[in-house]
This record gives sequence, structure tokens and C-alpha cells, in this order.
Amino acid sequence: MAIDCLVLGAGQEVGKSCVVVSINGKRIMFDCGMHMGYLDHRRYPDFSLIPSSQGPSSGFDDAIDCIIITHFHLDHVGALPYFTEVCGYRGPIYMTYPTKALAPLMLEDYRKVMVERRGEEEQFTSDHIAECMRKVIAVDLKQTVQVDKDLQIRAYYAGHVIGAAMFYAKVGDSAILYTGDYNMTPDRHLGAAQIDRLHLDLVISESTYATTIRDSKYAREREFLQAVHKCISGGGKVLIPTFALGRAQELCILLEDYWERMNLKVPIYFSAGLTIQANMYYKMLISWTSQKIKETYSTHNAFDFKHVKNFERSMIDAPGPCVLFATPGMISGGFSLEVFKHWAPSGVNLVTLPGYCVAGTIGHKLMSGKPTKIELDKDTHIDVRCQIHQLSFSPHTDAKGIMDLVKFLSPKHVILVHGEKPKMASLKGRIQSELGIQCYDPANNETVSIPSTIYVKAVASDAFVRSCLNPNFKFLKSSSEDEHNSSVKSRNCMPRLQVIDERVLEGILFLEKSQKAKVVHQEELLLMLGEKKHKVQNAYCCPVHIANLDSTDHIDGCLWLRLFSARLSDEFPEGNVQDFGEHIQVESFRMSICLKESCPYRIDDNPQNRSECLNCCCTWSVEDEKIAWKIISILKRFNLNSTNGLPGLQDTSSNCETC
Amino acid sequence: MKFTCLSKGGGFNFPPCHILHICGFRVLFDAPLDLSALTIFSPVPGGPDGLSGEEALCCRDLVHAEPCYKTVKNLHLWDASFIDVVLISSPMGMLGLPFLTRMKGFSAKIYVTEATAKLGELMMKDLVSVHMEFRQFYGDEESAFPQWMKWEELVQLPSRLKEIALGKDGEELGGWMTLYSAADLKDCVQKVRTLKYAEETCYNGTLVIKAVSSGLEIGACNWAINSPKGDIAFISSSIFVSGHSMGFDYHALEGNDLILYSDFSFMHTMDDLDSEFNSASGTDSLRFLASADDILEERDKLAFVCSYAVDAVKTGGSVLIPIDRLGVVLQLLEEISASLDSSNLKVPIYFISSVSEELLAFTNVIPEWLCRERQEKLFSGKPLFGHVELMKEKKLHVFPAVYSTESLMNWQEPCIVFCPNWSLRLGPVVHLLHRWCGDQNSLLVLENGIDAELALLPFKPIAMKVLQCSFLSGINLRKVQPLLEILQPKVVLFPEDLKQISSGESMPFSVLHYSENETLLISSLKSSEVELPMELATQFHFKKLKQEHISVARLKGELLVGNSKHQLISGSKQADQKCRPVLCWGSPDIETLLAVLSERGIKGTVGGGTMDSKFENVSVVHVHEPNRACIEIRVTTSVVTAADEDLASQISDAICSVLAST
Repeated sequence: MAIDCLVLGAGQEVGKSCVVVSINGKRIMFDCGMHMGYLDHRRYPDFSLIPSSQGPSSGFDDAIDCIIITHFHLDHVGALPYFTEVCGYRGPIYMTYPTKALAPLMLEDYRKVMVERRGEEEQFTSDHIAECMRKVIAVDLKQTVQVDKDLQIRAYYAGHVIGAAMFYAKVGDSAILYTGDYNMTPDRHLGAAQIDRLHLDLVISESTYATTIRDSKYAREREFLQAVHKCISGGGKVLIPTFALGRAQELCILLEDYWERMNLKVPIYFSAGLTIQANMYYKMLISWTSQKIKETYSTHNAFDFKHVKNFERSMIDAPGPCVLFATPGMISGGFSLEVFKHWAPSGVNLVTLPGYCVAGTIGHKLMSGKPTKIELDKDTHIDVRCQIHQLSFSPHTDAKGIMDLVKFLSPKHVILVHGEKPKMASLKGRIQSELGIQCYDPANNETVSIPSTIYVKAVASDAFVRSCLNPNFKFLKSSSEDEHNSSVKSRNCMPRLQVIDERVLEGILFLEKSQKAKVVHQEELLLMLGEKKHKVQNAYCCPVHIANLDSTDHIDGCLWLRLFSARLSDEFPEGNVQDFGEHIQVESFRMSICLKESCPYRIDDNPQNRSECLNCCCTWSVEDEKIAWKIISILKRFNLNSTNGLPGLQDTSSNCETC
Repeated sequence: MKFTCLSKGGGFNFPPCHILHICGFRVLFDAPLDLSALTIFSPVPGGPDGLSGEEALCCRDLVHAEPCYKTVKNLHLWDASFIDVVLISSPMGMLGLPFLTRMKGFSAKIYVTEATAKLGELMMKDLVSVHMEFRQFYGDEESAFPQWMKWEELVQLPSRLKEIALGKDGEELGGWMTLYSAADLKDCVQKVRTLKYAEETCYNGTLVIKAVSSGLEIGACNWAINSPKGDIAFISSSIFVSGHSMGFDYHALEGNDLILYSDFSFMHTMDDLDSEFNSASGTDSLRFLASADDILEERDKLAFVCSYAVDAVKTGGSVLIPIDRLGVVLQLLEEISASLDSSNLKVPIYFISSVSEELLAFTNVIPEWLCRERQEKLFSGKPLFGHVELMKEKKLHVFPAVYSTESLMNWQEPCIVFCPNWSLRLGPVVHLLHRWCGDQNSLLVLENGIDAELALLPFKPIAMKVLQCSFLSGINLRKVQPLLEILQPKVVLFPEDLKQISSGESMPFSVLHYSENETLLISSLKSSEVELPMELATQFHFKKLKQEHISVARLKGELLVGNSKHQLISGSKQADQKCRPVLCWGSPDIETLLAVLSERGIKGTVGGGTMDSKFENVSVVHVHEPNRACIEIRVTTSVVTAADEDLASQISDAICSVLAST
């Protein structure tokens, strides 16, 4: 089975986010956005490319199991009413509580601008929006939602705007994360994105700032406040064109706070009723905001703006300084344009612009260069003498944030969307080279296929589980490359200790025809089979050469054993040499002095040497053969001299003799 | 698995308390306080003189001392440091928690829903604050041991009070505690791990714990616990459809192996047990569960209270509503103000509590925890509860205490007062009862389930009208059977009090009954499972055995325990080095062995079969090429003797290949 990602929008561009992912037979649409830059068919994702499971005429209900919307921005939710009401999708739609509450405001605002101001034919009606939102199921953060028997989804805090969420989706054993837009640093009114350590096959991440590293926001905020303060203390008027939601609240909290600290009395106005009403929503959605706001809401709700008043059209030309929030942002028309016409010609006034403006808007013209005159149409133009301040804080994560998130989650694959092509390519390179994770940046309408994880389930016996849960450490002193030095240094430097814990190797997978697979402990297997264990052992009665060993001068074998033991622990520090008096043991290797005339395990019996040899009878089981042969090779290099009555340790190198 | 019921509790305000042993962990459900026992104390010192008759109790019989608080006595029999997990199902189940968390050695992980944690904290804050106020009357106790708890004093108590203080045989005396401090409370709140509804959290890699809404109160929950040994649903008192909190999410409890049924609300209602349990047919059980009859009945009750309140106000009396149930209070606020409006009465409503402002502010920022109708208000941009508008319109006033400056400035009578502390012993309710108890036009609204006679004893004689009403506090017995049909458990644990009605043979699951302070052993519900990734499983060396339908393979990799699952993952290279089979069985056939050996260029001859000293059959193979070696074969062992490593290893390999091995 595989995970197929069809990128219908935001592939190597920003706008109309829409990715259709099929995981193990379930198909999920993440986001259903529209492109603000186009007015023709390109503004919507090409839904006809969605593969259908039941044949071409079966409609989207069978093709898609659910839609997930990450946040209320139009490039993520703009095409939803069109898809549900015009294209006829009737399945479940999931979004967070704030998104469900605020998305209709955004959609309605957009519809109005399109139809009433630009006079376009409407793509969907107010009823369509209401009807569409009725189908939406609201979810809370971290709530595990069982969409159906196999499909499970979960939202995580994304910080980008209120209610923005990253969504985790799991089908069977495969899981993915779609980030939507997110912010890894907290701002005035929202916290930073939060995520659990998940096992993921795939992360689909935004990459708006794929190559930018941003510094602290506070400096930028101070610049903004100083610009505003300078303007109003000179008696000027400040126009802040914004969209109704998100930025307006963030800036307003910033200004309220500043007004309070500086004891300013200059009025702050909100243009239409829309923004004031939006504050009503924010007040109830306190639990989705930043920690600081959450802590103080019971005494003072941060969205109860004290200094904010409603603005009347008649006040445009009233004297005296003021600050005005007006919709729409980017000064693309409507009230903000009307106010701009009046205020722009005066040099004491200030207009702040958002970080990003779509080409063709007045905002975009103001940002590119310093025009002194802006032509609205053939007949009207505006003289621009006012100051322009560009806001440079953005609620998107920067490149470091994306890298941090990907590193933290360590998924098997990453797909980048929602960014600019060359920058995405560079980030993709970094993810592959620095993190070693396969990364893709598909263009619109391309499909990326990645393999998915499948697990086989087996019944585990209690004995196996128990033996796995109990630590079963073996400590091996390191046997690294500098082996020839180790004998010299072993007393001085601590050998590297290696911990191995091979509990799983004691488990055995047991498959019986037409029965569920079982995992048992090896001790249980023979019982199940009714068989007896057969031990395969090695044995070797090894002659050790000792000069001047006289049979008459025979010393107690045990004494030799002591000597071997001492030498072994010296030369073989990684082994756990145990001396039991009658024998020496290392793991299953066991050695004793053989005094028998003929030992069945004596292979290279050489009667001539017998007087100079001490026979060491060794046995071991097969799994320890490496250790055993190592010890035997040490024994064979061993040379003892008994001329001085009591055997002493001698330098092996000076008188080396092998059998 | 073992289950012990520590206390059956006593209605909505005193939920039950249990301990469950599972997978080596001890899980405690709830840590409540029995606040009804507060009624043995006198609310103020002295009190009117009266004859202390044999039959009728009077105010002088009450204990005149700083109140103590009665906890679950059986919980004290357990060593708190052995508890691993505490699950709190409702704000009421949290009131005794600081007694646990301040104990030395207590280190359990406490899981509470976010809303319950906040509401529980506010209730405890209020309790601590009204208790402090009480101490101002009495001053501090001189010794740590309260005077009234001395045996000489206790035996002199009238029998009714003695039963509350001591229990039936004196064993409950150990449950009394002096109240925790504000610092204890703060410490307790910090130790709590908060959850959202349906948020999965994993304890120690073994238990996956999930809180799902129970509908009883805002933030109240049932628990779903997944463990390798079986999936468990804990059902506390639950309400299917509520007018305030999110309803009983029973779908989230479907398909669990075991159900711990802990809804004791049936013990406090008048319903006839026998007739109701089996009456519903299962076919349309889903529709039946979600039916609106409960919520309609609840609305009728609220309307009934409102009509009484309006009548009282019309005659110039005031209304006192000392109810702690937040959901009921919030709805009553809306309903009463609407009734007043429709009768054209302009009477102020007061909400008096040390935490009232915080409480009301909180209820307006928690749409995620409320019923569908309230959530719709969020989506249309309206406040979640009516009190926001009422406060704006100055119809509802919120005071921290009766004697606060704002309340003294604004006070008007007649009025309608909401204040917590239903035991009538602490807080503003005491002052107001003293003020109005003689006024026959005034009205006191009490919850059912409290001993009104004892509770009102210090305020006698009472002229004021008393309305006692019961609100829905759990699953209607008629709905139990259809509910279980949907949940499809294998085993259900019922309280013994449901024995006559829940032991029918018709049930498709087995039923066990538990009683207080008795440990019930539950046999294992399922065996553990290991998940093997496909790509790892394909690397295993499978061997077909001579029992042809069986094949075996030795496992490789590392075992990962997490999310109550055992998963094998491919381990580090180091672990894979040792790939020689280590387990062999059967006995080798010598002819086959010789053939295998000669394939590898090893030649040998069979020596004579001999018997060794233990009368075991021994065969010996002598190898001469490429070097001398010897193989000794017995029934259960083979011994390879060779002087060089390579040859020994080759021969051992050959033997293993002839044997069945893995």
C-alpha cells in the first residue's frame, strides 16, 4: 500500500491550498482554498483531477472521506462553499471551533467584495456559505476524532491565526501530518505551534519563508509603535488597513498595551461593525490565544478594548489625531480606500501596510517604490504625501522553524507546499542533506507516492512480554580496534563499556496454518512442539606447552588454573572471567585441568610432548564459539616456566613457543 | 485485573470512589468529599436556647467547633504512594484531592479535564475562603486534635449525629480531616495534568487514557482506558442530553472489553427499579437514548422553580438559592430573569461567592465544553450564557461576599440570591438564612438529597417556604440496557445494588457485581499483541518444521512499548551480528549428517555405537579430512571436538542444519 498525495493547489506557489491524500484506501482533502491572484477558473483547485473510487460519475462523496480545513484564511477555505454547494460534496468537514466561527465572516466579506464592489457574477451565495458551514464538525485541539472505523484525525495548535491547526491523520498503521500555516514563535495574542512526538510516514509542511531566518519580533513591534506615536503626537491620523480578523486583533492588543503604558488618550477606531463583532468571537475563544491573555481574562478580557470606539463616515475629516483600523487590507477598495483618498495627501498622516500585498492593489503600489501620485482610474488620482510604514512581522514560521519541526518529528518523508519554487528547492536540499529525510516539492496537479507502513499483528505470549520488559543487560567491555594496546593499558584506562540487551532475540515467531501468528519465548517453543532440546556443544582438550614440566615435579592442577585465570583476565578484559576453583568459566565456556590418560576430546595428542604439556579440557556451546577460540588462542600462546619451583609469570614475548 | 469500590458516594455532590489494578498500575477514580456531613456542625456559636429533648434534635446538640471534612474512609487504608494514576471525573470528585497530593510520597499522575480542573479549583478556593471566614468566629483551634473528636464528647452526641460522625461501627471517624490550606490547594492544582475531551494521553507507555464527556456537569467525563490486557470504559453518572454541558458521548465508549458501571444516581431517585430496567426494546435504542424527554423534564423542573420564585417575589419576599450545581445555576439565572421580565417584575438578582466573578467569566470562554445549542451561540457570535447580557443590563450583580462594599451599596430587597454551599453551614447563605428564615413570604430552594431537617436545624423556627427539588443526576435505569447493547462489552461490572435487575440471562455479556470495600478479581480480557513491520518481517529467516503446517522464525530488532502497544522495530546493526541459530531440537540422523559434511568437503567415518556410563546411546563420527576431528552424538547433545576454529564451526553448522532449529 502507498500514500498518494495529489497537490491541487499551493504547489510551488502561495494560494488555493488544497492537497488530496489517500492513505491505505482513505482519501482526505486538506484545505480547500482559493487563489486571490486569479479571477478565472484558476482561482479554484481543479477538483476534476480527484481520482474517484467508484467510477467517474459517482461524485465526490465516494471519492473523498473527509475534508479538513486548517484555518480561516481564504487561501485555505475560500473554495469550500463552492465545493460543497456547487460541486455537491456532502461528506464530513472538520475544522477547529474558532475556524468554524470565523470562516463564514471571511467568506461573506469576500463574497461582498466580489459581488457588490467589483460587480462580478457570484460563485456562491450567502445561503451557500450558511448551508456549507452547517455541515462542518467543530473539533477541539488534541481531541482524537474517529471519522470512521479506520480513519482517525487530531488537531494540534499551529499559532498562525486564532484557531489555526496542524492536522494529524492516521489510517491503519500509516500516519501523516499536514501543517497548514504555522508559527513556531509566539506573538502578542497567539502561542507558538505545539506538537507531540508522533510516528509519521509523511509531513506536508508550508514553506512560505523557506530561506529566511527572522530575528526577534519585538524590535519590529517597537518600530511600528514608535512610528504611530510620532504621527499622533504631530497631530496626524494613522490608517491601518487590515482584514477583519487576525492582524487587526494582534495590532490592537499591541496598541492598547502601549496606550495604557504611555497614558495616551488619542482615540482608536474600528471602521465597520465587522471588526467589533469579530472581537466578540475572540472574547469567547480565549482558550485559543496566548498564555498571557489566557491567564488574565477573568479580570480583564484582552479583547475588551478600552480605547477602541466605532468610527462614523462623518469623522473622516474631523480634526485631531486618531488611529483607524479599516477593511480591507491592501487597500484594494471599500472603506480603507475611501479613507486613504482623504488622508493620503497630508504629510502628517501615516499609512501602515501589511507585509504582503497582492499585485494590482494600491497597497502593492505603495510598497513598490515611493509614488507621489496614484491613479485610481483615468479621471481620478490621489496625491500621496503621507508617510508609509511597512509592517514586517508575519505569522509564518521561518526556515529554522520548519527545520526544527521536521527534525523533531523525523518523518520518513516530507512534502513542501505553500512557498516559492526556488526557495522551496533550497529548503528541500537542506532537509535531504542535513536531516537525511526524503523530501519533495511537487507542482500543482502533480502526485507524489510514498510507501506506507504496514504492521503484521501477532499474539504475544506472556513469557515473551515479561522477558522483554525485564532488563536483560549484558555488559561487554569494548573490544575495539586498538586491541594490541589494550593489554598494556587495561589497568590504567577504563575500557569502553558496551551495554547490549538482546531480549527480542529470545523471541520466536510461530506460524501455524490457519491460525493467528504467535510470538513466544524460545523456552516455550519446545513445549509447544512437544520436542526435546538438542544441545550442540564443542569440546577440546587443549595441550598447553610448559617448559621443564616434570611429571615427578607435579604441582596441583588448581594452581595452574589460578595462573590461567589471572592471565586470561589480563589479556581478555572484555570477557567476564570467573574462577570457580575446579574450573574457569567465561559465558558458557568452561575449562578445567584434564589429568586423564586419554581424553576423548584430545585431538592432537602427541606423546612426545606429553611431559611438557598440561592438558586443559574445554567445553562450550556453539553460540560462544568466538569467545572460546579466542581464549584457546591465548592458552596456546601461554608459556610457563616451573624451573624455580613455584611457577611465575613470565613475559610471553621473550620466550614464545607455540604447539 | 482487580477492582475495589472504596465508596458508593452519596448523590451528585459526593461521587463514588474506586481503585482499579491494571497491568501492574493502581488507578484511583475520584477523590471526593462528603460535604453533607458538615450538617453536624453549628454554623455560628451559641444559637438560640431550647430544650434538649430526647426525640427532637435542637441546635444545641450540634457540634460547636471549627468544621472538619469527611473524606472517603477506605481511601485511608491505602498507601497513597502506591497509587500510580488518579482520574478525576467531575469537579465534585476533585474536592478531596489536596488531601492526597499533600501526602508524603504521593507521586501519582493526576488526569483531569481542563474545565473540571478550573471548576474544581474554584470550588475548592471558595471552600477554603468560607472556611477562613468561619474561623474568624471561633479563632484557631488550640490543638491539632479537635476537641469534639474526643471519645467522651462523641458518645454524648445524639444518635443521628453520631451516625454521621462515626458511621455504623465507629469506623468512619478516621475519615475526618481538617481542611487543607490555600497553599495545599495551589500545590494540588499544579500537580494536575489537564486534558481536553477525547485527548489521548499515555501513561508509562502502557495505558492510553481518554476522557470523554459524561454530560453531568461542565467538564465532567467518563474514561476510556486502553491497555495491552484489555480496553476498559469507566461510566460515571452521565446525562445523555444536557441544557448546559456537552452530552454523554457514549459512542466513544463503544467496543471496550470491560465496562465499570459507576452511576449510582438510581439510589437517589424514587424510580421503581424492577419495572424499568428491561422495558425498552433494543431496535430503536439509539433514538431512544438521544431522545429529548430528559431535557424536557429538566426544563419543566426549572420552570417550576421559576414560578415559585416569581410568586415569592410578588408577595414581597426574597428568594435564596444555595445550589452548587453550576449547570443548574446558569440555566436558572437565564430562566428566572426571563420569568421576571415576562411578569414585569424589576427585582435584582445577586450572585454571591468569593469566586463568582471568575466563575461566570470562565463559563463564557468554554464553548468546546458545552452542549450543541450553546455552541451554536458561539457560531452566531452571541454570548454562551445569558448572564453576560444580564450583567451588562445591571439585572444581575456579582459580589464576592455579603458584606462587600459593592453589595452593601447596591442591596435591595426583595431580591433573588444565588450562593453556593448547599450544606447551609458556611458562607453567605448562613447570613441570609438567618435574615429571612422568619419571613413567610421568602423562599428557600434546596436540592433533593440533603437532609433538610438537619440542615435547617440551626435556623428554626422557620417560617420561610422551602422548596426541595431534584435535578437529573445520572442515567435513567430504563436506558441502561439499550446503552449496553450499543457499547457491546464482553464484561460489565455493576454495583451490587443493581443485582436483582441486572443479572438476567438475556444479556449478551457476562455480569459481575461489586460492593463497597470488596476486591473483585477480573480475569484477563485479551492477550498481548506484538506488531511487526512488514519490511522487518520479510527479513526473518522462516523455517518450515517437520510438522509441516508450522513454520518458525527467530525475531530480530528491538521492542518498543508505547501507546499500550508492543511494536518491533529494526534494531541497530550490533544486535544483528549473532545470527547463528541457538535453539535446536530433535536428534540428528547420522547418515544425513555424513552426507552434509561431505558436501562441505569434510570426510569422516562412523565409529562403533557404544553405551556410556549412564547407559546412553553414543555414536561417534571420526573426521579425518581436512583435519582430525571427532563428533560425539547422544540423544540430547552433540559434542564437536576439533583443534581449529573453522572446522569446528563447519561441523557445528552441519549438525544444526540436520537438526530442527531456529
